Amino acid sequence: MGPQGLGLEITELRLGLPGGSGEKKRVVSGGREADVCGGEGKKDMDMVVGWPPVCLYRQKKSMGEATRKMYVKVSMDGAPILRKVDLSCLKGYSELGMALENLFGCYGIGEAMKAESESCEYIAIYEDKDGDWMLVGDVPWLMFIETCKRLRIKRRSYSNGVGLHGINNY
Amino acid sequence: MVYSLPEEVLEHVFSFITSDKDRNAVSLVCKSWYEIERWCRRKVFVGNCYAVSPGIMIRRFPELRAVELKGKPHFADFNLVPDGWGGYACSWIDEMSRAYPWLEEIRLKRMVVSDESLELISTAFKNFKVLVLSSCEGFSTDGLSAIASNCRNLKELDLRESEVMDLSGRWLSHFPDTFTSLESLNISCLGSEVSFSALERLVARSPNLKTLRLNRAVPLGKLSTLLHQAPQLVELGTGAYSSGIRSDVYTGLSKAFLGCKELKGLSGFWDADPSYLPALYSVCSRLTTLNLSYSTIRSPDITKVIGQCPNLQRLWVLDHIEDSGLNALALSCKNLQELRVFPSDLYAADVNVTLTEQGLVSVSQGCPKLQSVLYFCHQMSNSALITIAKNRPNLTCFRLCIIEPRTPDYLTHEPLDIGFGAIVKHCKNLNRLSLSGLLTDRVFEYIGTHAKKLEMLSIAFAGDSDLGLHHVLSGCESLKKLEIRDCPFGDTALLANVAKLATMRSLWMSSCAVSIGACKILSQKMPMLNVEVIDENGSLDSRLDSCLVEKLYVYRTVAGPRSDMPGYIWTMDRESANRI
Repeated sequence: MGPQGLGLEITELRLGLPGGSGEKKRVVSGGREADVCGGEGKKDMDMVVGWPPVCLYRQKKSMGEATRKMYVKVSMDGAPILRKVDLSCLKGYSELGMALENLFGCYGIGEAMKAESESCEYIAIYEDKDGDWMLVGDVPWLMFIETCKRLRIKRRSYSNGVGLHGINNY
Repeated sequence: MVYSLPEEVLEHVFSFITSDKDRNAVSLVCKSWYEIERWCRRKVFVGNCYAVSPGIMIRRFPELRAVELKGKPHFADFNLVPDGWGGYACSWIDEMSRAYPWLEEIRLKRMVVSDESLELISTAFKNFKVLVLSSCEGFSTDGLSAIASNCRNLKELDLRESEVMDLSGRWLSHFPDTFTSLESLNISCLGSEVSFSALERLVARSPNLKTLRLNRAVPLGKLSTLLHQAPQLVELGTGAYSSGIRSDVYTGLSKAFLGCKELKGLSGFWDADPSYLPALYSVCSRLTTLNLSYSTIRSPDITKVIGQCPNLQRLWVLDHIEDSGLNALALSCKNLQELRVFPSDLYAADVNVTLTEQGLVSVSQGCPKLQSVLYFCHQMSNSALITIAKNRPNLTCFRLCIIEPRTPDYLTHEPLDIGFGAIVKHCKNLNRLSLSGLLTDRVFEYIGTHAKKLEMLSIAFAGDSDLGLHHVLSGCESLKKLEIRDCPFGDTALLANVAKLATMRSLWMSSCAVSIGACKILSQKMPMLNVEVIDENGSLDSRLDSCLVEKLYVYRTVAGPRSDMPGYIWTMDRESANRI
C-alpha cells in the first residue's frame, strides 16, 4: 500500500490526562465524514470515514515497517506537571511546535524552532543520547527523533542578552 | 420430587451447567432456584457494560470468579465512534476489587483501561489467573509491569489488538523468577522490543505454556531458540518472518519446527519472506488454524503452504491469495470451517489482484464444513451468491464487503437483493450477516421473512426507505445487534418498532435520517432504553426537533442513563434533550 493510497493519517493531540482517551490517534481514510446519505450517486471513496470496514488495528499493523511509538517527557518552566508527546506521529518541527503549544500554551514556540527569532518567550531544548542539552531545530527531523530523550521548554533568559548561552550548563 | 431436593444437591446439579443461556433459564424456574443459582454462578458475560451497573451485578452474583465485559459499539473498530465516548473499565474494576477478592478472570473488549486499574487488578485479586484485553486502550506498559510483578498465579495475559502506550519493553522482565504458571501470552500488538533474554527465560520456566504470540520486534533468528524451549506449544504467533538470506536461520528454524509436535495454530508472519516458509512445512499436516493476513506473500507461495495443510479449519489471509489460491484451498482443505479474506490495498484505483467472487464460490463448493465467511472483494453477482447459498446452507456467519459502496451485480447491473435473499433463505441457521453492494428495500423484505435466527446484522449504504428498516425490525425475531450507517432509514420505521428495541442489546445508526424529535419520542415511550445521540456539531438544544442526528446509539439497560458521557453525547430522557 503506497502512502498516498492510504490517505491522510490525522493526529490529534488533545489536552487530557495521559492514559485517557485524549491522546488516541485517529486514522481517517481521507477527509471529512460523508454527508447524511441522500441515496443517489456514489460517495467518493476517499472521503468516507470507516469504509471499507477494516479495523484500525489491522490498518496500522499493515502500514509497512513497524511504526515504533516514541513517547518523550516534556517539562516546562513553571509547570508542575510533565506531559508526554509521541514523536513518531509528528511529521516535523512545525507539528512538534503545535503539539507543545496545545499542551502548554507556549505560543510561538514552533516558530522559534525554525528560525533564530527572539519573538517567542520560550525556547525548546532537548536532551540527546549523550546527555547533552541541545536546541531543538538544528538537525533534520528524523535525526532529531532518533536522538531526543526528553524535551524541556524554557523561558528565554535575557540576563546576558542572547538567552542561549550557558545552555550546556543546564 | 424436585421440591424435596435440598439446596446442596441442586447446587451440585447446577455446577454442571456452565452455559450462560442455560444458567439464565435455570434462574427463571422459580424463586428458590433463582436464589440457589445466583450464589453458585461463577462466571458472567455482560455484552454491554452500560446495560447493567457493577453494583447490580455484584448484588445478584456475590461469588463470581470470572467476568467478561464489552464496552464500545462494534463500529468503534472503524473509527465511527469519537474519542472519549466511554467504556471505562475503572468503576467495574474498583467495585469488583472490593466485592470479589477471589476473582480469577477478567476479559474486556473495546474498553478503556487505565494503568491504575491494572495495578489494582494485580494487587486486589490474590488468585488472579486470566487477563484478556481485546481491542482495549488507555493503558501503558507500566500497567503491564504491575501485572507481571504481582500476579503470582497468572495463567493468561492476552493483549489482542489493544492499543498500548508502549513506553518500553522492560515490563516483561518484571515476571519474577519464581513465576512458572504461564499458559498463554499474546503480546502481538506491542511495538517495542521486549528483552529477549527475559522472554527466553520466561518461556523456559513455563512448562505449561501452550499459546505464545510474539510481536513483530522479535527477530526470526531468535524464534528457534524460543521453540526449543517450548516444544509443547499449541499456538504460535511469530514475530517478523524475514531475516535476509541466512541459511543458518533457515536451518535452525526448520529444526525447531520439527520439534513442535503439538503445534496446531500459526499466526504473525509480519514482513514474511516466502523463502522461509518451507521451514514450517513439517507442522503443516497438523495445522488447524493459519493466519497469514499480516503477510504480503503472493498466491503461489500461499498455495504451496495451504497444499500441505489438509486439516486446516480456519484460514485468515489477504486477497493476495487470489482466485487461484482459493481454488487450491477448495481442493486441499476439506475440513475448512472459517475463511477470512482481507483487502491488501484499500484504495487502489486499479485492482491488481485477481480475487473475484469466483474464489468464494469455489470454496463454498469444495469445503462442505464451511460455516463462517468474511470476504472483501471488488465485484459480486447474484448468481454467485445464489450458488454459494445453495452450496452451503450450513453457513452461520456471512460477511461480505464489496469495497466500492453500492456496487451492483457486475454481470446484470441489478441490485444484489436476490443474491442476499438466497443466502438468508437457504442458510437457516445464519446468525450473523453483513451486507454490501447495491441493495434496495427488497433485500430487507427477504431478511425479515427468512432470517429468523439472525442475531447480528450490519448494513451500509443500502435501502431506499423506512420500509427496509421496518422489515428488519418487525421480521428478525432473534435480532440482538443492529448496526446501520449511511442508509435512508428514519423516524417512521424506528417509532413503529419501539418495543423491538427492548428485546435487543443495541442499535447503532449513523448518517441515516433519524430526527431529534423521534429520539425524544423513543426515549419517552421506552424508559428502559438509553437513547444516546452523538453529535459533534454543538448543542442539540438550539436545534429543531426536525433536525437529523449524526449518530444514534440505543441500548436497553437497567442502570439508567450513564453519567460518564463526553460533551458531544446527549441522552434523551423523559423531559427533553438534557445532557447529564
